[in-house]
Amino acid sequence: MAQVKLDGVGKTYPNGFEAVKPCSFDIEDGEFVVLVGPSGCGKSTLLRMVAGLEDITAGSLSIGDRQVNDVDPADRDVAMVFQNYALYPHMTVRKNIGYGLKNRGTSAAEIDAKVQDAAKMLDLGALLDRKPSQLSGGQRQRVAMGRAVVRDPALFLFDEPLSNLDAKLRNQMRIEIKALQRRLGVTSIYVTHDQVEAMTMADRIIVLNGGEIEQIGTPAEIYHNPASKFVASFMGAPPMNLMDAQLENGEIKLNGSAALTAPAKQDYTGPVTMGIRPEDVVIDAAGPTPFTIEIVEELGAHRLLHGRLAGHPFTVHVGKDTTATTGEVKLQINPDAIRLFQPETGKAI
Amino acid sequence: MARTQTRKPFRWAPVFDHTILILGALFMLVPVVLAFITSSHSAVQIAREGIMFTPGSHLGENYSKALFEKGGFTATIDGMVMLKNSLILGLGFAIGKIIISMMAAYALVYFRLRFATFAFWIIFTTLLLPLEVRILPSYEAIQRLDLANTYTGLIVPLIASATGTFFFRQFFRSVPEELAEAARIDGAGPVKFFIDILVPLSQTMIAAIFIIMFVFGWNQYLWPTLITTDEGLFTLVRGIKQIYQTMIDANSIPEYGQALALAIIAMLPPVLIVIFFQSWFVKGLTESDK
Repeated sequence: MAQVKLDGVGKTYPNGFEAVKPCSFDIEDGEFVVLVGPSGCGKSTLLRMVAGLEDITAGSLSIGDRQVNDVDPADRDVAMVFQNYALYPHMTVRKNIGYGLKNRGTSAAEIDAKVQDAAKMLDLGALLDRKPSQLSGGQRQRVAMGRAVVRDPALFLFDEPLSNLDAKLRNQMRIEIKALQRRLGVTSIYVTHDQVEAMTMADRIIVLNGGEIEQIGTPAEIYHNPASKFVASFMGAPPMNLMDAQLENGEIKLNGSAALTAPAKQDYTGPVTMGIRPEDVVIDAAGPTPFTIEIVEELGAHRLLHGRLAGHPFTVHVGKDTTATTGEVKLQINPDAIRLFQPETGKAI
Repeated sequence: MARTQTRKPFRWAPVFDHTILILGALFMLVPVVLAFITSSHSAVQIAREGIMFTPGSHLGENYSKALFEKGGFTATIDGMVMLKNSLILGLGFAIGKIIISMMAAYALVYFRLRFATFAFWIIFTTLLLPLEVRILPSYEAIQRLDLANTYTGLIVPLIASATGTFFFRQFFRSVPEELAEAARIDGAGPVKFFIDILVPLSQTMIAAIFIIMFVFGWNQYLWPTLITTDEGLFTLVRGIKQIYQTMIDANSIPEYGQALALAIIAMLPPVLIVIFFQSWFVKGLTESDK
C-alpha cells in the first residue's frame, strides 16, 4: 500500500504529439481514483506511464517513497488488469494467477497457498484447472483480478477492465471490484470512459480531456460543481443542459427570447453558458419557463422529457409518478442549481 | 398416370469435380504403386521387361538387401545408415530453421529495433537467393571451416529461413500486445516471455513449419551431394542414385529392384511425419487458445 505522487508527469511522443500534458496530483494511501475521459484523452497513456509500460518524458512519478520514473514495471510493485484480460491462453487459471509469483522466486508451496486464497476470495475455486478459453467473460475478468490480488501489490491499475462485459455483468463486477478494493485497502487507479463507472466506484475522479486534467474531485463535487462545460456535459446521463445566455444585473436572459430569468448571484455582465441538471427542473403549471416536449423517454423508474427551451435542446428528468405527453408545459428551475460557464474558455464562473 | 414426383435434374458438377480429384489422385499415386510393385522383382527381370504391373517374388529380399546390405565403393554403407543420416539432416534442418526463424521473428516484432522493417525485408529478399545461387560461396566457406563431411557442414548452411521468419513474424504480430505487457508486469523478462508464453502459443505454427521443413530437408539433394564425399554420411535421397550408379560402373546389371525399394523407403518418413503431425496440427487449430 502506498501513496502515488505525480509531479508534472507528461508524455510527448517522438513525433512531437503531446499525449499527456504535464499534470500533478497525489493519490492517498488506499484511495480509489478513477481517470475518466473520452477516447484519446490520454487517460490510458497516463495509467501506462504509472505502470511503466510507457516512458515518462516529463516530470516525476513516485510510488510510496520511491521515485520510479526509470524503474522496470516488474519492480514497481504494481499489478494491472487489462481490458482484454491478457490471460496467458495456454496456462490454467492456477498457473495464470501464480505466474507472477513464480517469476519472483516464490516457493511452490507458498504460491499454491496464495493462489488458493485468491481463488477463494474471487470464487474461482472450482475453475483453477481450466484454461481461459473455457471460461466466460466474467470469470476471465475474475482471473485477471486474481492475478493482480495474489501479488499483494502496492498499487492496482485497471485499464477499462469492464468494457468487454455485457451491461448486467458490468454492474455486478463494478460492485465486486469496489468491494474487493475496500477490503484489501490497496491504492487503485482505474481508467474508464464510462462516467457511470467513474461516479459509482471512485473516491475521487480525475476528468481528462485532450491530454489535460479538467477537474479533480469527489463524484459529488464533479457532478454538482463541474469546473468546465466539458465536465458538465461529460459527467451525468443525461448530461447537464447547456445553453448560451446573457447575464445582466444578476438575471439570465436566454438567447433569442427572454424566456428564462433566474436569480444569479454573480456580479458579472456579458455572455455566459448556463448549465442546469435535468433533475433540477420541475414541471409546474405556475412556473415561468415554457418548455416544448418533443420526445418522452420511458425508463421505468423515471422519465426523460426531451424537447426545446427557448430554441435550445433541453432535457428534463421527472419521477415515474409525473406523467407527460408531448406538447408545451411550464417549468420551474431551481436557481441554486444553475451553473454558469464562460462561453469561450468553458471554465466555470 | 399422374406423376407425383418430378425428377430432379441430374447434377453434373459433382461428377466433374470428382473426376478431376480422382484423376489427380491417380496421377500422384500410380507411379508410387508401380514403383512398389516393380520393387518386388529381381534386377534381371526388371532389366529385361521394364516396369512390372504384377507383384513378383523378390519383395522381402530386395527390401532387406536395400536396408542391410553394405554397398557403395567402400562397401561400408547400408540403407539403415543412410536412413539415419537422412533423419539427422531432416530433423536438424527443421529444428534449426524453427529455432533461428523464431528468434529472428521475436527480435523483429517485440524489440523496437531501429531498422526492424528494413531488416525484415532484407531477410525476405533472401527468398530470391536459394541455395543453388549461393552454392559456390557456401561450399567455399564450409570447406575452409573444415566442415565438409560433417553433419554440421551438412545442416548449418541451410538453416537460415526467410519463410519461417515470415510466418513467425505474422503470427507474433497477431498475439495481443497486452500479453507481453502483462508478462512484463508479472516479472517475466524477454527470455522468460519467449519460452514461457510465446513458444507454447506457437505450437501449431511450429508443427506446421516442422512438417514443411522436415520434408524439405529430407529431400535435399544438391547440397548433400556436394558437401559429403564420405559415404558414411550419405543420405537416402542421394544414396539411391549412388547404389544404382555404382552398379552401372561395375558393368553388371543395375540393382533396379533394390533402388526402387530404397526409393519407397525414402518416401516413408516424410509421409509418416505428415500424417502424424497433421492430426496434431488440426487439433491445435480447432482448439484455438488464442
